[in-house]
Amino acid sequence: MSGFSLFLSVVNGLAAGLEVTVLVTLASLAFATGVGFLLALVRQFTAIRVVNLAIDAYCEILCNVPALTHLFILYFGLASIGVRLTSIAAAILGLGLIGAAITSSIFRAGFASLPKGQAEASLAAGLTPLQTIFEILTPQAMRIALPALGNYAVQLLKDTSVVSAIAAPEIMFFARSMVTSSFQTTMIYATAAALYLLLSLPLMQVTRFLERRYGRLKG
Amino acid sequence: MNALLSVAGLRKSYGPVEVLKGIDFTVAPGEKIALIGPSGSGKSTCLRCMNFLEKPSAGEICLDGERIGVRNGQVMRDRQLAPQRAEMGMVFQLFNLWPHLSVTENVAIAARKVRGLSAGEARELALEMLAKVHMTHRADASPLELSGGQQQRVAIARALAQKPKLMLFDEPTSALDPELVHEVLKVMEELAAEGRTMLIVTHEIAFARDIADRVLFLDGGKIVEAGPARQVITAPREARTQAFLNKIRH
Repeated sequence: MSGFSLFLSVVNGLAAGLEVTVLVTLASLAFATGVGFLLALVRQFTAIRVVNLAIDAYCEILCNVPALTHLFILYFGLASIGVRLTSIAAAILGLGLIGAAITSSIFRAGFASLPKGQAEASLAAGLTPLQTIFEILTPQAMRIALPALGNYAVQLLKDTSVVSAIAAPEIMFFARSMVTSSFQTTMIYATAAALYLLLSLPLMQVTRFLERRYGRLKG
Repeated sequence: MNALLSVAGLRKSYGPVEVLKGIDFTVAPGEKIALIGPSGSGKSTCLRCMNFLEKPSAGEICLDGERIGVRNGQVMRDRQLAPQRAEMGMVFQLFNLWPHLSVTENVAIAARKVRGLSAGEARELALEMLAKVHMTHRADASPLELSGGQQQRVAIARALAQKPKLMLFDEPTSALDPELVHEVLKVMEELAAEGRTMLIVTHEIAFARDIADRVLFLDGGKIVEAGPARQVITAPREARTQAFLNKIRH
């Protein structure tokens, strides 16, 4: 087999994992930002002690235990008590749950960085607390959170490689299986790296674009 | 004449520190009242108690006969307070414009969200209010592009758009560069001339003397002296008022 056709077959083989990588990234990103935003709202704007403690505990635990460990708990741990998730579902749920902890801190930091006067002016104008949160505070907090969210999204894309450990058929899963059969270690992993770059660079660009478009709140 | 605003026995404590120790005053419709006093005297806290941005520890505030912030002996929640707060326009020391909204949207949003005006009606109202503060030419700008004086004038327009019964000013010129103070005071003077009811916390003593009907001098959480503006400022009776006025003149 010539070098080039070998390279093509590697690209082909890895591309089979592309779809799952993209799916797991987008689905867990959506899950993480949705749940993370809700957690941030509750944590920032309610004073129910038990709930807030639970949210803090959730964030601490999920931020400080390795992703791989979580995935094993979800995939193998749950299976042992009879709850069977597909590897892709476990991947999305696992990365999403971890991501919710991360993004909730990002959103909270966004809310917390707003001057107190922003909410006061809104309440003084007769807006309700909910209107204040959604019309005045959230749009500003989102803009502040944007750069950190972008970094998180890129980090997440790269972290999807760990879900190969629970046999989710994404890029690294195919890379490893091809290495074991062809022993073209360097070329296969380098191609995988190129594929990740091909995904993460545009993602970074989208983030930068959004930042330029919406991110400017300071003169 | 019946008072538009009446304040009786107003007290406010932060933990063990009592910053307002029983404040009583009334404001007649159309009256301009200046609250002056040294920093820490409680004048800003007092003003912020009017719309319950600070919750008083005790006392009674009534606007147009309606008890503010308390219903059936219970302090109202922010959600319940919203319609009462809408009756009072407030202007802050640091302007507090919303930077994600244009100048016009800053002025229009409460009209849409609180009073249910359509987008078109609210915009029309906003432009009308911006004209009052001579800011129509920056209607589509972002607040971030404006000078401090311009921001404060937009903030005044925003408060006016509430069609408030009472305007509250919390040191509206204290954060401004000296050369920008005048444009804000001029707008306030024009509002005063329209016969609006205004409660103004200020360090601009000359402005208070010329514009206010009455001056309340606060020190240590109490009204030490109250009376016609010119009299309190040019010929104060109380030693503490004299000492304060002497200090800020020099």
